[in-house]
Amino acid sequence: MGMTTAQKIFAAHLVDEPFAGTKVLGIDVVMCHEITTPIAIADLMARGKDRVFDKTKIKAVIDHVTPSKDSKTATQAKMLRDWARRHDIKDFFDIGANGVCHALFPEKGFIRPGNTVIMGDSHTCTHGAFGAFAAGVGTTDLEVGILKGVCAFREPKTIRINLNGTLPKGVYAKDAILRVIGELTVNGATDRVIEFGGPIVDGMTMESRMTLCNMAIEAGGTSGICAPDRVTVDYLWPFISDSFASKEAAVAEYSKWASDADAEYDKVIDLDLSNLTPLCTFGYKPDQVKSIDEMAGQPVDQVYLGSCTNGRLEDLRVAAQILKGKKIAPTVRGILSPATPQIYKDAVAEGLIQIFMDAGFCVTNPTCGACLGMSNGVLAEGEVCASTTNRNFMGRMGKGGMVHLLSPATAAASAIEGKLADPRKYL
Amino acid sequence: MKKFGGPALFLDRSDINTDEIIPAKYLTEITKEDLKPYLLEDLKLPGFDPKSEKTYGAGAVVTRANFGCGSSREHAPWVFEVNGINVVIAQSFARIFRQNMFNCGMAAIELSPEKIDQLFTYAGAADAAIEVDVANTTLTIKGGGREESMQFEISPFDKALVLAGGWVDYADSKY
Repeated sequence: MGMTTAQKIFAAHLVDEPFAGTKVLGIDVVMCHEITTPIAIADLMARGKDRVFDKTKIKAVIDHVTPSKDSKTATQAKMLRDWARRHDIKDFFDIGANGVCHALFPEKGFIRPGNTVIMGDSHTCTHGAFGAFAAGVGTTDLEVGILKGVCAFREPKTIRINLNGTLPKGVYAKDAILRVIGELTVNGATDRVIEFGGPIVDGMTMESRMTLCNMAIEAGGTSGICAPDRVTVDYLWPFISDSFASKEAAVAEYSKWASDADAEYDKVIDLDLSNLTPLCTFGYKPDQVKSIDEMAGQPVDQVYLGSCTNGRLEDLRVAAQILKGKKIAPTVRGILSPATPQIYKDAVAEGLIQIFMDAGFCVTNPTCGACLGMSNGVLAEGEVCASTTNRNFMGRMGKGGMVHLLSPATAAASAIEGKLADPRKYL
Repeated sequence: MKKFGGPALFLDRSDINTDEIIPAKYLTEITKEDLKPYLLEDLKLPGFDPKSEKTYGAGAVVTRANFGCGSSREHAPWVFEVNGINVVIAQSFARIFRQNMFNCGMAAIELSPEKIDQLFTYAGAADAAIEVDVANTTLTIKGGGREESMQFEISPFDKALVLAGGWVDYADSKY
């Protein structure tokens, strides 16, 4: 019997199996941010164990509230900063170099096929786009990861999702993943890995694959996973070119992590997306999804473009294409947060930032901020936001506020009209 | 042996998420104790008042499916812990929340929909209380002059974590 990607990674990283069904894995990359790490640091210090298992395997960033908005967030940032300096963690990203963790760390080439990755952040599943097993964990798991470089898991089964056909014009990875979550429901993938494949995924950029894997957690999934291929190698090439004689050699090496043809899945779901329309959530759960046709016309107070889901360059390009030469509705506040400094710089160089600003958008520095209602675009009671982020829980972006999740294209069209709008007429 | 349970708080809805358990704006606190006043602050349920004595006096939570979905924030188990709640009983949990509970040495107990329904028959009793024996995997519910016990299952690993007082102590002694 063949193995899935997740099974191969588990087998290669197994440190201990203290009980049947529980696997303790060695962790290749432990990622840290300033919201969930400081309490782990404080606990390690209180225990007299202020150590790190391997400073080269720890990556840290201040991203959730940056620049700090008040004394408390300044203290959190300081705790992470002091800790990173104390332990000589080279891959630490502070003001000027910091960005949303799940956009920044891939951009730096930190994630490789076959890796195990943990972080005290539920959207860690994003990094599975590289053929890695990447799981969000709590602060205690993170603390043990920092100290010992291990983490315990129940070995997850894998749900295979084949995205078949071709995505129609105006329909993107975000629409595809909303369709998948609508299919699976918010707990349909609990204790499961979601492996994305099929012709649509094969043809996707790494950015789009990250958008898919990013929202695996919204169906309860432990990690998203895409098989590593030539697209993966092209993305990683600046970081791996010294290790391989050719890209073909890298593809051949990394392909060993792909699921075998006869791998056993918990479930295989085939979705033909050739007739998919742009989608939009309507309630307070990410599986409450409707076609934009049914949602168009509902007024919005704010349009937010950014986050680990959709704050990457290709997202900005799509939105700018729609906004070029247009103004957003006077009733709408448009906010763009490019996910990393590099994305911001590239967007400036390509003239995208000019387009957003001419259209009436406010452009903020890279940060998670508004997505979880912490800073840079918090909603007031009763307000509605069309957002390219990943969670529409009641009050997520501000107490009493409502969020509609949608693609960057649909966000741009909605900004122009001041209400939820179909992007296809602008393309 | 640490005591698990206490007065029962019934939360009759599925998919209660971590933002409802502890809103993100409080994630700027850097001690667990500071989370204490914000327990379930954004949860809206008929008849539920987050600021009530019933909420703050609870020792155990009984709820439906997919409890604790959303964020990885361990602040969710912590806000229970600092308020004296060390057991959550549900039809199912989101993975990270469930692991966070055991990692903190607390109990996240999954029961069948039928058994959860049975526990909810005590929801009307003002004195409803639950006691959990982790070592013997039994729980007892009392209230309104009635009482019953039932068996539950937790994985041997999760049980070991509860008995060890959490994952840091367990891992530190072993790896």
